[in-house]
Amino acid sequence: MIYSDIVIAILIFSVLLDLFGFKNSLLTRPIFWSSYAIILPFQLLTNWWLTSRNIVMYDPDVISGLRIMSAPVEDLIFGFALILNVMGMWEYWGTKGVQKD
Amino acid sequence: MRESTMLKLSYLAMLIFTMVASFWLEIAFKVHVLRRMKRVLLSLLPISLGFLIWDAYAIAQGHWYFDQKQVTGINGPFSIPIEEILFFLIIPIAVLMTLEGVARIKPQWKHPELRK
Repeated sequence: MIYSDIVIAILIFSVLLDLFGFKNSLLTRPIFWSSYAIILPFQLLTNWWLTSRNIVMYDPDVISGLRIMSAPVEDLIFGFALILNVMGMWEYWGTKGVQKD
Repeated sequence: MRESTMLKLSYLAMLIFTMVASFWLEIAFKVHVLRRMKRVLLSLLPISLGFLIWDAYAIAQGHWYFDQKQVTGINGPFSIPIEEILFFLIIPIAVLMTLEGVARIKPQWKHPELRK
């Protein structure tokens, strides 16, 4: 499997986990989208740094070729899945009473 | 510092920037993420471990690779640069600090079971 395929599979998994795995979906709540709106510019900036300077490089055969601010669109999707699931886990452990406050 | 040494910190610089840009929330917004490290680790380890396994696979397959002049050259298991391992520690913490920062301003947006 190549980067494009894997990242789509991971996006689907992370959305399903959010919608059905946790009791209170983040995707349906303003706290997620507000937080993501703050994170997104930083995500674009840090992705841009890593890719425009060629700190990380990609085999052109494994990506779609669509780039946003120099980074493959796949990077943006991967970041979205990471952000969504880490937040979901954080809320999950909070509701389980682990260091709630 | 020599220019080549500086260059080797290129990836690390991005992680330090992320820490500087987010960790002040711990103090200014009292987000209390760092002081809840057990919950942080329980939240990020399963996710980050999954992504690092993918990272190891992608590096082995040559899907992506790193400019050795711009990384420290210190590698973890499976030739994963130390920067990548730190990425999956620092980025999730920054993400959680943002979430908790927003929750500070808009407590009504918190998960119903997590409201005081």
